[in-house]
Amino acid sequence: MQSQRHLVLSERIASKWLRVHCALILFFLIAPILAIVPLSFNTGSYFSYPMQGFSLHWYAKALGSSDWQRAFLNSIGIGTASTVLATCLGTLAALGLSRANFPFRAVIMPLLISPMIIPIVVVAAGFYLVFAPLGLVNSYVGVVLAHAALGTPFVVITVTASLLSFDQSLIRAASGLGATPWIAFRRVTLPLIAPAVATGSVFAFATSFDEVIVILFIGGPDQRTVPRQMWSGIRDSIDPSILAVATMLILFAVALFTSINWLRGRSAAAALPGS
Amino acid sequence: MTATVTSNLREPAERDPTAGSGFGADGRAAYARTRRRASAQALLLALPLLLFLLATFIAPIAILLSRSVENREVPVNLPALSQALKAWNGEGVPDEHTFAILAADMRRASDEGHLGTVARRLNFYLPEFRSLLMRTARQLPETAPPAWKPALIELDPRWGTHDIWRILKRSAVSPTPDYLLAAVDSTVTPDGSIASLPADSSVFINAFARTVWISASVTLLCLVLGYPVAYLLATLPAAKSNRLMLLVIVPFWTSLLVRTTAWYVLLQPGGVINSLLMGMGLVSHPLPLLFNRTGVLIGMTHILLPYMILAIYSVMKSVSPVYMRAAQSLGAHPVTAFIRIYVPQTLPGVGAGCFLVFVLALGYYITPALLGGAGDEMISQLIAAQTNEQLNWGLAGALSAYLVIFTAVFYFVFNRLVGIDRLRFG
Repeated sequence: MQSQRHLVLSERIASKWLRVHCALILFFLIAPILAIVPLSFNTGSYFSYPMQGFSLHWYAKALGSSDWQRAFLNSIGIGTASTVLATCLGTLAALGLSRANFPFRAVIMPLLISPMIIPIVVVAAGFYLVFAPLGLVNSYVGVVLAHAALGTPFVVITVTASLLSFDQSLIRAASGLGATPWIAFRRVTLPLIAPAVATGSVFAFATSFDEVIVILFIGGPDQRTVPRQMWSGIRDSIDPSILAVATMLILFAVALFTSINWLRGRSAAAALPGS
Repeated sequence: MTATVTSNLREPAERDPTAGSGFGADGRAAYARTRRRASAQALLLALPLLLFLLATFIAPIAILLSRSVENREVPVNLPALSQALKAWNGEGVPDEHTFAILAADMRRASDEGHLGTVARRLNFYLPEFRSLLMRTARQLPETAPPAWKPALIELDPRWGTHDIWRILKRSAVSPTPDYLLAAVDSTVTPDGSIASLPADSSVFINAFARTVWISASVTLLCLVLGYPVAYLLATLPAAKSNRLMLLVIVPFWTSLLVRTTAWYVLLQPGGVINSLLMGMGLVSHPLPLLFNRTGVLIGMTHILLPYMILAIYSVMKSVSPVYMRAAQSLGAHPVTAFIRIYVPQTLPGVGAGCFLVFVLALGYYITPALLGGAGDEMISQLIAAQTNEQLNWGLAGALSAYLVIFTAVFYFVFNRLVGIDRLRFG
């Protein structure tokens, strides 16, 4: 009895400790992000509370500046172009990789996911060396190619995972019912893996949208993206308009993961009939 | 693309093995042929991406790394001198003939505008080499003197020293080990042995050690802070867990630069954290939280913690509670059951999380550059400094080579122990 009560007590302490620890850590994770949001509405240019008053001044400054406008357009344009490229190449590769008889898997797999693992400064310096003689430095083409390369592993991994749980008998059923292979792919395979393809492409887009170092190395003044503009904003003269941009990017992040969640729901629904 | 997909779907990947069951040699050969074709088709689908990555990703890295042993500046721009130096036995100072070639090569390189490249290369060996070379080239006599050796030595007595010529000879050989040695703070001494710089001036070894130390600290912090959070999220009822998960997912999806900016603002001497601490009377002066190691550790831990939590969480979700219950019903203390039964089942997630955090941390650049202090740079910052400020691509390549090899070793160890397919996102 004595030991039983002791057990209950120690478990209660452990559980309470766990909750306190987790509350602190979750606070540590979210608080810095939330703390800068009100400061972006501050009248004054100080980075501290109490706020001097509410104003949209810094938003007007950020949205009205041609530098930031161009940065937003660049981020979206470069992100979209590199995502399309990464998604096409990555999905095609995943279709091959998910087959049982894919050869040289042990060599090719690390190669395909190496863009995730190799330190980005090394990659960026390498891009510069190769792209400079080809005239691809300070060009959109160079930045898009580089960002597409960095985004492909995410597409490959998500789509391969979805294809591995894909029920191959559906394809056989389709061809048994007279579908040509292309029709079977378009009408059966593609709809079922579409959520995974979309998930991979959101990751690829986020990779490009968040990337600074490659842009620092091979992008010119015309290719300045939002993170690149933030980088020079912090280094040169930081003012709360950077927090206004940061707040917009936080909202953008929320939109991105909401779309991922929605896609995952669709993906789970798509997987149900097969499994 | 259409054609590839079509032809592939005509041949389903899995075929019934027909070998050895009365089909005979013909059947076996046909089966082997079909299999070969199926695997060629699978490879064909991955080929566009493979070629794309080889051209836009692997080739750039390979070329950067090859720069670490390449030594072309002097052989290309002072070709005759390089030949002569290869023949020279390397003792004392070379003869009149070599001096004459030096003067001729130097004049031609200067006329063609290549002497600056040579000077920059030699300056990596000896910081006074540029001025020596440029000044000598400017003052070269128009008409050939009776003897070049005394003339050049009179122009600058350094031409009469063994060290200058030893360096010239080293710079004329390609491939060279010198960048790879310089990247670990070593040089080849005049007598041909390898010597390390004194500890207080070994910039790069210190930076490598610092990078590994910071990465390991961040990994450990993430593990200690993240494991309980992953446990709570994996064991809470779904509705509550999903709501708390937002607090991990929002930071995970928020731009790295936004999070770094947030800490940059919060950690300032007059920032939120210091005014809070001073307002509560905990400190009387602002704590130095920015532009030092503290800032880097706080920022990197904050940015990488979601990776650790998500990696461990995804494994914990698949751990069946049955074993824990069994252990406890057999009389194990909850703590014992947790440590001996639960924790081992979560090790793949711990491995994946630690690998991911450590490898990502090794290559960090933005966060230490914005939050860290001078003299406390991580290796990525030194590589960028070599390419952007020093224009020393050889040394940048050598530093990159060590960083890539180190990362690759970790990758293979991880793949062996845990398996790379354990990595999942989102």
